[in-house]
Amino acid sequence: MHGFDLLAVLSNPDFARMLWRGALVTLVVAAGSWCLAMSLALVLLSLRLAPVRIGDRLVAAYVSYHRNVPTLVQLMLWYFGIASLLPDAVQYWLNDHGAETIYGILGLGLCQAAYFSEDLRSGLRAVPPGQAEAARALGHGFLGSLRYVLMPQAIRNALPALVNHSVSLFKNSSLTMAIGVSELTHAVKEVENLSFRTFETYLIATIAYLAVSLVIMGVGAVLQWRGQVMGAR
Amino acid sequence: MIGDILTILRDNWLLLLVGQYPNGPLGGFAATLLLSALSIALAFPLSVLIALARLSRNPLLLWPSTVLVYVARGVPLLMLILWVYFMVPLLIGAAVPGFVTMLVTLVLYEGAFLSEVVRGGIVALGRGQMEAARALGQSYPQALLYIILPQALYNVIPSLISQFVSTIKETTLGYVINVPELTFAANQINNQLLTKPFQVFFLLAIIYYAVCWTLTFLAVRLERRIARRRAGPAAAPAPLTVRQLTAEP
Repeated sequence: MHGFDLLAVLSNPDFARMLWRGALVTLVVAAGSWCLAMSLALVLLSLRLAPVRIGDRLVAAYVSYHRNVPTLVQLMLWYFGIASLLPDAVQYWLNDHGAETIYGILGLGLCQAAYFSEDLRSGLRAVPPGQAEAARALGHGFLGSLRYVLMPQAIRNALPALVNHSVSLFKNSSLTMAIGVSELTHAVKEVENLSFRTFETYLIATIAYLAVSLVIMGVGAVLQWRGQVMGAR
Repeated sequence: MIGDILTILRDNWLLLLVGQYPNGPLGGFAATLLLSALSIALAFPLSVLIALARLSRNPLLLWPSTVLVYVARGVPLLMLILWVYFMVPLLIGAAVPGFVTMLVTLVLYEGAFLSEVVRGGIVALGRGQMEAARALGQSYPQALLYIILPQALYNVIPSLISQFVSTIKETTLGYVINVPELTFAANQINNQLLTKPFQVFFLLAIIYYAVCWTLTFLAVRLERRIARRRAGPAAAPAPLTVRQLTAEP
């Protein structure tokens, strides 16, 4: 056994480059799936709000599926299952363009959209109904009252839940390792195998993950603090 | 397609249910359920201790428990599994099976998450309960044991079930360190068949869905029941619906 030495990992250019690229892939996967999840969540929310029963049911089924099936199983279903149903030409094209990462972003994003849309919906439910009536009485249309009156309040209500789920989305990006995405946890396993410095490698990755998570939580806290309205409930 | 799934289920139901059990370690759905149940059962007492430490004014209790909670919230479960996988054999000087590795990780992780739930339950009670108990001459531990915890823990029962559902979903990560559980069994089947990946993983998703949906349903019903009981007979106004919000003026 050799003594504890963080620099033995960090000052080795190969190991440092592997960890750095892993961290970048983690950030790309997390940011990509966050954007996908948030835009899809807004679509799901408006489908739920639309006065058509069938949209409501479909979104409820979508949310129920994505919340009750483990994220890892969803990723496996995308990568091993749904991929195999695609035409060969599409499969080849995807394999040439980093299929793992694409399926990882897709799987994580679709899954998290269910959580985000539920957060926004409960945020919207917490807005007193008088607000909607007042907005309509002042002459706002359906979309206008959502955009200028209801959604700002709903997002403020939903912020803590949205931040928590953003953190868990970031953490879940490590699951894409199981379908072969070379993100940070994957890089950690490789560096550990090559350097035999398990403790140091894990410590670096853990600190990196923790730092980004704390930054997300911090940004959430700042937004919440800035969003406070004097005299609001 | 549906025929394929039924055939897979008929040929492999034993593997999916108990893994290689009589001839090997317990696996499949039974292992998933056992692992989740044991994790929650062990994590719950731990979570109460962490919650009390987080509410204490003693820095020796407050700081370590706060760090533990933030590490569990900020580091991926997969990373924690790798830590336990590496550290536990070093600490006890012997190899441990993957099941135990997973159990230790989940107890720590879920203990930290549940402690936030328990802490919320305690804070939600309000100061008056503790003040009244102390005014009646009870010591701090007595007040906790007889007044605060019975009420707070009763109120968090539904969250306990939701956390159990999360744990079932988290046991899938055992696949990465080859713990024989349901996802592992499905991958074994997929490796045997090779030609029907969609059917195998769709079946896997259906099984998880059925189990987690049922438990979530139970949790919601229990939550309503507890809310009704705590509110008493006079209260309980109808909850607002989204439809009211979007109704045409």
